[in-house]
Amino acid sequence: MGAIVVDVMLKPEILDPQGQAVNRSLPRLGFEGFTDVRQGKRFVLTVEGEVTDEHLAHARSAAETLLSNPVIEDVVAVHALESAQ
Amino acid sequence: MTALPSSTVSGMKVGVVTFPGSLDERDAQRAVRAAGAEPVALWHGDADLHGVDAVILPGGFSYGDYLRCGAIARFAPVMDVLVPAAQGGLPVLGICNGFQVLCESHLLPGALIRNDHRKFVCRDQGLRIENASTAWTSDYEPGQEIVVPLKNGEGGYVADVHTLDELEGQGRVVARYLGDNPNGSYRGIAGVTNPRGNVVGLMPHPEHAIEPGYGPSVDGLGFFSSVLTRLAQGVST
Repeated sequence: MGAIVVDVMLKPEILDPQGQAVNRSLPRLGFEGFTDVRQGKRFVLTVEGEVTDEHLAHARSAAETLLSNPVIEDVVAVHALESAQ
Repeated sequence: MTALPSSTVSGMKVGVVTFPGSLDERDAQRAVRAAGAEPVALWHGDADLHGVDAVILPGGFSYGDYLRCGAIARFAPVMDVLVPAAQGGLPVLGICNGFQVLCESHLLPGALIRNDHRKFVCRDQGLRIENASTAWTSDYEPGQEIVVPLKNGEGGYVADVHTLDELEGQGRVVARYLGDNPNGSYRGIAGVTNPRGNVVGLMPHPEHAIEPGYGPSVDGLGFFSSVLTRLAQGVST
């Protein structure tokens, strides 16, 4: 079975309150040196057999239609997942 | 409890859609009846508007707010018929989650994101009616200040600067928050409309402020009476 990864991030100009909350917690745990955190979403779409170009085209279409809202989000990556052992 | 009209005075029918996870459809139906119309329950899985004269998308958490608020509801069968009807001039009011569904459907510009302070907010909220010429606000005076409940976790209205300027320039900001911004909405925007003025999205809840003794006021009734006024005038929006 193959799988396709779709990564979606909020557009840079859109406020990310979740990322801000994570960012504020990091120094409290001793993780210094990170100036900002942005939180995104990863979707893994599983297919029968190997990932084909058609699968990828469908995944890109799904990413633009349902998985992201183009008003506030960017689809930053759509690619076949390296086969996990 | 105030007696609501037992029969509809207007003969108008206003549909209220229930999605899985909708919460406020009963109050929306009650508000429709209080305004003098017949509420008609519409079902998300039924691609039929059953001849209603207007539609309300109620508040709640359709599909558990999974993916993005309103993102999955936007593809429900009822939306397949509602979107073209709205584009054709059918009055549609989206409240809270319904506003989110309208934005996801691209019937309204912008989007609603998590409150900037990250906490759920529930309070009586002052609003200023900025546009009293939409299908849902014509019974208010321009600039009228009202108080209705506000309750949301993801009520921050966002859009790019060009869109915000366009909304302001065309008078399409329907309502604005008074006092402290409760959720980080850009420019304090609580509601917007489409260019035609028949589709309105509103984050606060007018349907919870229509009867004396329940809620902070009866200021919310104007949204539901406005659309009946508009329909009675036979104005093609």
